[in-house]
Amino acid sequence: MESKKMYLYPVWLRIWHGVNAICIIMLIVTGVSLHYADMEYPFMSFGLSITLHNIFGVIALISYVIFFAMNRLFLNGLQYRMKLKGLMKRLIDQGKYYMFGYFKGEPKPFPISEENKFNPLQRVSYTVTMYILMPIVIITGIGLLYPEVIMDEVAGVNGIQLTALLHAIMGYFISLFLVIHLYVASVGKHPLKNYKSIVTGYHEHE
Amino acid sequence: MNMKNLIFTLLFFAVAMFQSSFVKAEGEEEKVEMSPENRHCLQCHGNKYYSFYNEVAERTEHKLMNPYFVIDSVSYLQGEHQGHYCTDCHLEDYNTYPHAPELKLEPKISCLLCHDFSAIEEEVSQSVHYEALGDQFHCELCHDPHSNKIVKSNIEELIEYNNSRCLNCHNNIDKYQLLVSHKNPEILKTHSWLPNQTLHFQHVRCIECHTAVNDTAEALHHILPKEQAVRKCVECHSTNSMLSNKLYKYEKAKDPKGGFYNTVILNDSYVIGANRNKYLNNISLLIFALTFGGIFIHIVMRIIKRK
Repeated sequence: MESKKMYLYPVWLRIWHGVNAICIIMLIVTGVSLHYADMEYPFMSFGLSITLHNIFGVIALISYVIFFAMNRLFLNGLQYRMKLKGLMKRLIDQGKYYMFGYFKGEPKPFPISEENKFNPLQRVSYTVTMYILMPIVIITGIGLLYPEVIMDEVAGVNGIQLTALLHAIMGYFISLFLVIHLYVASVGKHPLKNYKSIVTGYHEHE
Repeated sequence: MNMKNLIFTLLFFAVAMFQSSFVKAEGEEEKVEMSPENRHCLQCHGNKYYSFYNEVAERTEHKLMNPYFVIDSVSYLQGEHQGHYCTDCHLEDYNTYPHAPELKLEPKISCLLCHDFSAIEEEVSQSVHYEALGDQFHCELCHDPHSNKIVKSNIEELIEYNNSRCLNCHNNIDKYQLLVSHKNPEILKTHSWLPNQTLHFQHVRCIECHTAVNDTAEALHHILPKEQAVRKCVECHSTNSMLSNKLYKYEKAKDPKGGFYNTVILNDSYVIGANRNKYLNNISLLIFALTFGGIFIHIVMRIIKRK
């Protein structure tokens, strides 16, 4: 079959994606190390974890600001907007495809195009991650980097405790997103095809 | 208002007034007043300046009191020794002024004459202070008998009061060099490795890291050499945090439910690693297990379909 190439991912987007990926992986590794810190099973020293977590956290913040600004300036931001009408049906259709249609060799219900880079499941999960989870994890992270700015008490509960809990819960969701994102990227005729796309910028149409 | 209602109203107010005065009397702390004997000493030692009639010069003189000999009467009355006379610890001869010059040469009374601190004494004898100063190091260098008290009100006040005992010398070059000839190390510099330094200084006592870990309260008197002080963050930042056995040893958790480890610390602080939540951990592990399970099934299906 003759393949058609589409240039979907411009250079800035690929650089941002790479930097963000490294930051997220480092933040998850060091974050888990801090959360499960233990005398008997030292995975990474607590001090080193703190330092790395702070450094990659700041880089992730800068990277997020760039992502946010570029999406406002360029058309890429449109990929994160969606019509709510019929969204549930579109999500179910895409879910059914991953669970059943894919194995039967059915065509993709929402083929990739330059205007529509993401299928409905991607569109929702990427939007939730980038515009809800990331801002919360960044704001709570800044709070934990400067704990003196956090309110002492919120509704009778320690402010730092609430901030840390929210930060950890968002961290869990982002980790979950990463796992699913990495796996789903391998779904296709060639498992490495999508990984190649995010490096070269070109998407090969099957 | 008829007479019956008026009587009821008056009775109600009378009972309410009686109750409020009763409650107030019960809630009020017993007021301790300075004894006349102590007032006699504090006439001079309670102020920055003192006056006396110089019989040789035949005039009243006004002099500056040595600031280290000024006793804060408010702190004294709040302290553990509030009910004691000055002469319980100082010689009766101090009642006359000018004090006899040889009084200065008299050794100070030891706390151990009244207190049985044998276990503490044992700990102190192993401490870095005793190693450096020998018999020159005694209780009142840290525990000023004129103001020493046990803070029970809250942890923050306890921490501040406790750390002030250390800083009294370690942050005061004059007091430090009274005991040793070298310059005192700059605490902020020597602790520069500590992340969120201010937060740590406000929420834990110096002795958390600078004393040996032991199950007894006396162990807090075994001050370790700086090389042996706690530097491993995980000693506090883990589920078996030593803070639960030291600072919070005698505290009870305000809210023991909620699935947090070291709940007692949550009364006042939040410590990363020590206050992780069991429920949150289990739920997150379950979600991850389900996700990986789903991915595994999908991979198996892909392999089967490919064949």
